[in-house]
Amino acid sequence: MKSWLLSDIPDSRFQAGCGQYYLIIKSFLRSPLAVAGLLIVLALVVFAFFAPYIATQDPYAQNLAKRLLAPSADHWFGTDNLGRDIWSRVVYGSRSTLIVIVTVAVIVGPIGLLVGIIAGYAGGIVDRVLMRITDIFLAFPRLILALAFTAVLAPGLQSAIIAIAVTSWPAYARLARAETCIYKNADFIQAIRLQGASAPRILLGHITPLCLPSIIVRLTLDMAGVILIAAGLGFLGLGAQPPLAEWGSMVSSGRDYLLDYWWIATMPGIAICIVSLGFNILGDGLRDVLDPRTR
Amino acid sequence: MTILQNFFNSLALRNSVKTAADLIATLCITLFGLLLVTFIIGRIIPIDPVLAITGDRVSAEVYAKVHDELGLDLPVWQQFTSYLGKVFQGDFGTSVLTSQSVLHDIATYFPATIELAIAGTLIGIVAGVPLGIASAVYKNTWLDQIVRVVSLIGYSIPIFWLGLVGLLVFYVKLGWVAGVGRLDVAYEYIIERQTGFIMLDAILSGQWDILQNFLSHLALPAILLGYLSMAYISRMTRSFMLEQLSQIYITTARVKGLSEARIVWHAFRNTLTQLVTVISLTFVNLLEGAVLTETVFAWPGIGLYITNSLFAADMNAVLGGTTVIGICFVMINIAADALGRFFDPRFRRSTS
Repeated sequence: MKSWLLSDIPDSRFQAGCGQYYLIIKSFLRSPLAVAGLLIVLALVVFAFFAPYIATQDPYAQNLAKRLLAPSADHWFGTDNLGRDIWSRVVYGSRSTLIVIVTVAVIVGPIGLLVGIIAGYAGGIVDRVLMRITDIFLAFPRLILALAFTAVLAPGLQSAIIAIAVTSWPAYARLARAETCIYKNADFIQAIRLQGASAPRILLGHITPLCLPSIIVRLTLDMAGVILIAAGLGFLGLGAQPPLAEWGSMVSSGRDYLLDYWWIATMPGIAICIVSLGFNILGDGLRDVLDPRTR
Repeated sequence: MTILQNFFNSLALRNSVKTAADLIATLCITLFGLLLVTFIIGRIIPIDPVLAITGDRVSAEVYAKVHDELGLDLPVWQQFTSYLGKVFQGDFGTSVLTSQSVLHDIATYFPATIELAIAGTLIGIVAGVPLGIASAVYKNTWLDQIVRVVSLIGYSIPIFWLGLVGLLVFYVKLGWVAGVGRLDVAYEYIIERQTGFIMLDAILSGQWDILQNFLSHLALPAILLGYLSMAYISRMTRSFMLEQLSQIYITTARVKGLSEARIVWHAFRNTLTQLVTVISLTFVNLLEGAVLTETVFAWPGIGLYITNSLFAADMNAVLGGTTVIGICFVMINIAADALGRFFDPRFRRSTS
C-alpha cells in the first residue's frame, strides 16, 4: 500500500493524487497542535449534530425553582437566571456557531474566489474596477459595519451572517487575484491556451485548483474571527435573539449576575475561546502543510 | 550634467506627485464608497424618518411638509449628493437621544476612545515587539512556543468576555483596579475639561488625584486590549524578523564577525517599514473593537455612543458614528501605506 502510494512512477493520475494526499496528511498528523485544532473543529460538528443526545436537559426548559444553581453533578455548568441548564445550552449553542461558520464560508469563499480570478486573469480595466471595489470594502471597519447592517436588517442570526459575509469576501478576492497573477503567464497555462481552451475552462479547471489551498487556509483562519464577531454581535444583542441558545448572547445574559453567579457568563465564553482557538491552530497547521512555498 | 540632474529631479518629482495623486484617488474613491454604503443603510432602515421627527399622530399636511423638507421627494441621486454635501460640512443631523448635533456628540465621545486605543496600542508595542524579536531569534525553542501559544490564545479570546472576567477578578475579587467607567462619579464633575482627554486635562490643571483615579480606571481595559494587540504584533514581528534573518546580508554580517546583538539590530531596522503598517492596523482595530470594549467597561467613547443610539433607534447618531469611524479607518490605512513607503529606502531610491 505504502509503496503504491509513494511510487516514483505512478500508473495513473489517481495514484499520483492519492500519493500527494498521503504525504500531506502525513505531514499534517506530525504536528500535534494542528491535530488538536482538527479535533476541536470535529467536536464542534459532532456537538451540533448530536446536540439532543449530548445535552442532559432541554436547553429551553425554564425551571424557576432551580435558577442560578452552581455547577454540580446534575447541572455540569450550573443553571442560569431562568433555571435553564447551561451545559445543554452551550451544547445547543454549537449549532448557531456552526450555522454561522458554514454559511459565511459557503457565501464568501466562492464569491471571493470568482471575483479574484476574474480580476487577475482579465487584467486591465476589469481588474482595476474590481480591485477598487474590494479596496472600498476592505477599508470598512468590519464590526461597525456589521453593527449598522444588523441594526437595519432587524437583529437576528441571518442579519449577522449577511453582515459578516458582506465585509469578508474582499480578502479572498485579493488572495485569489494575487495567485492568479502568478500563474496566468506560466508555461502550462500558455500551453493550455494554445490548445484552444476557453477562458472559463482555464480559470475553473486550472487556476482555481491552484488558488484553493491558500483560500482554504485563509478561510480556516478567518473562521476564528467570524466566531468572535458573531459572538460579539450576540453579546450586543444584535445577533441571535433570545431564547435561541447562542454563546455571545449567553455571556451577555450572565453579565448582570456576574458578581455572585460567575458561571453563567464564564462557561459560554470558554466555549467561544476553545472553538476559535481550534480554528486558529487548525489554520496554522493547514498553512504549514498546504502552502507549497513553505514545504 | 546639471541638465541631466534637473531632468532626473523633475522625474522624481513627477513620480512622487503621481504617487500622491494615486493615494488621493484611492482615498476619494474609498470615502465615496463608504458614504454610499452608509447612505444606503440610512435609506433602508425600517424607521420612517418623517414619523421619527413628527411623532406618530400627525396630520397628512404636516407629514407631507416634513417629507418635503427632508428632501424625500427628490430623486435618490439628489438625496445622495445633498447627503455628501452635508457630511463634508460635518453635518450628520441631530441626535434624538441627546438632542445635540451628532458632530458635537462625537467630538465629546471620541477622545475617550482615542485614549483607550492609544494606551492599548502602546502596551501592545512595548510587549509585542520584544517578544516577537525574541521568538524569532530563539526560533523553535520553548520561548518561541510559549509566545506562540500566548498569542494564539489572544487571537481566540472574545474581548467582551475577557473584559467581564477581568472585571470579576481584578476589580471585584482583588480590588486592584477601579471598576467600570472612565472616572469615579465624584470626580466626573470637578475635572476641568479643556481638551476632552482626561489625562491631559488632569495634568494641565494639576489635579493629580483625578489623574490617579483615571489611570486606575484605564489600567484594566488598556491591559486587556494591549494583550490582544500584543498577540498580533508579536506574531507579525516574528515573521518579519525571520524573513530578514534569512537574508544574505545577515550571513555577510555573521561572516564579518559582528556580535549577535548588532545582527539582530540590523535585521530589526529593516522590519520597521512593515511594523509601521502592522501597528497602525492594530490601532485601527482597537478603534473598531471599541464597540465591544466600551460596552463592557461602560467607557464613554464612541463605541458606547453608537451602541446606545442603536438601541434608542437613533439612526442619525449611529450612521454619523459609523461614518466617522469609517473615515478614521480609511485615513489611517492610507497614512500607514504612505508612511510605509516613506520609511522604505528601496522605494525612495526607485523614485529618485
